[in-house]
Amino acid sequence: MTIRRTWIWLTYLVFALLLIAPLVKIVLGAWENGIQGLIDGLTRPEALHALMMTGIIVVVVTIINTGFGIMLALYLVRAQWIGPRMKRLLNSIVDLPFAVSPVIGGLMIVLLLGPQTVIGALFEDAGLKIVYALPGMILATLFVTFPIMVREVMPVLQEIGAQQEEAASTLGAYSWYTFWKVTWPSIRWGVIYGVVLTVARSLGEFGAVLVVSGNIMNKTQTATTLVYQDVENFNVVAANGIALVLAAFSVGLLLLMEWAKKRKEVH
Amino acid sequence: MNAMFRGRGWSFGFRTAIILYFICLIVLPIFGIYTQSFSLGWMPFWESVSDPLAWKAVLLTVKLAVIATLINMALGTMIGWVLIRYRFPGRSFLNSLVDLPFALPTAVGGLLILLLLGPNSLVGSLASSVGIEIVFHEPAIVIAMLFVTFPFVIRAIQPLLEELDKSEEEASYTLGASKAKTFFSVILPTMLPGILSGAMLAFSRGLAEFGAVVLVAGNIPGKTLVASVYIFGEIESNNPQGAAAVSVMLLTLSFLILWLVNVLQARRTGA
Repeated sequence: MTIRRTWIWLTYLVFALLLIAPLVKIVLGAWENGIQGLIDGLTRPEALHALMMTGIIVVVVTIINTGFGIMLALYLVRAQWIGPRMKRLLNSIVDLPFAVSPVIGGLMIVLLLGPQTVIGALFEDAGLKIVYALPGMILATLFVTFPIMVREVMPVLQEIGAQQEEAASTLGAYSWYTFWKVTWPSIRWGVIYGVVLTVARSLGEFGAVLVVSGNIMNKTQTATTLVYQDVENFNVVAANGIALVLAAFSVGLLLLMEWAKKRKEVH
Repeated sequence: MNAMFRGRGWSFGFRTAIILYFICLIVLPIFGIYTQSFSLGWMPFWESVSDPLAWKAVLLTVKLAVIATLINMALGTMIGWVLIRYRFPGRSFLNSLVDLPFALPTAVGGLLILLLLGPNSLVGSLASSVGIEIVFHEPAIVIAMLFVTFPFVIRAIQPLLEELDKSEEEASYTLGASKAKTFFSVILPTMLPGILSGAMLAFSRGLAEFGAVVLVAGNIPGKTLVASVYIFGEIESNNPQGAAAVSVMLLTLSFLILWLVNVLQARRTGA
């Protein structure tokens, strides 16, 4: 069994180098200037503002994408008013944001809704700034995270089949009632898993938001773009503080993911 | 009230809203970028694309993403195998840890590589004393890509290994095949579709990666400037048309890969 031993040690080695060492480093690095340094880095007004922006984006994006994601998954699996060919086309379009570099995602929004474009100018006249403001950042994150929920819910819907739902509606249940009593209990854990993934992705979104926001301190800066700016300004210890907060959230989300995955398998 | 939910008009409006949202959010922007890059005609598009710095950036990205993907295929196959087949202390902990790069913001990933391998770190100074430069050079970009794409291959082969019938393997041993022979003619063919589709997803993610790379690459035009960072630079210097042209190149490449993955998966489920 010596070969087996070697493989296991190699696996541990890869994990230690690639995943565990960085985690340890971030925890140690944040304390480099003592607890005071960490607190100072985190309570800078720009840091508080950036964390707040990230929080707003995460909440808004998760709510919108969860709602639309579940509905679109339902349509793509169940709807009879979309032809099979159209369904296949829509189905492959859903994945596109995964293949698009986040920077390009941001660029698209600037090109379509930027201040120089027709639509952008129209909104600006109405007093609503999209690019270099919060709405654009939300749009960019919506784009990047769109496929996650659809992809989590669709396989579950396919697996459970439509029989129970049909039975419910034959027995006279209204469609909302059918959804809540029949469909929802079976897709619940898939949705929760999707929510956790969406939160993780929108928390960490960087490229698209950087392009769309313009990264204006105390205005459109998010936690990740602040980390970027701190590193560019050689203020590594401050960057480390924010990174520690983000990493702590990520590890928490990872634990949630594990939990949701286990529940998903049971149901 | 229930009549309202069942009403034709209501459900029609609802459907239209969902499909419109989908089209406005996903289809329109992608369409927009293709039209924008050709907005001034073919010549300016060609000029932006044939700018040596632009195609060097794209070539560099492809090259480094290929290297990162190859490493990932080897590591991912090994780790996927070990995590499914062997029982050892800490297995489930490692298995949960696999997804960390998906959960961790990529900018944080970049910062970590900078801290661990940068000029002031132990590894960085050690490497530079023997003449190897890591951070702000190509190795750092490969490491960054490796980090963000780490889970893809592992997660793609694990379900296949779980499905693999142990009796096939045992039959092969019973018939006198050696361990290596069994691995290459029974186990590897089962894992191969997973390795390939995982590798292609990793490759397209590597092509697109920005956050982790921008912090560690140094971004020297023509040398360590990858495509996504090039695009970012063009946007910053107010040249959206040039940015769109390079984006179109990168996008077309990614779409081709995505399409290939779909074909592969359709074939697998069809067979």
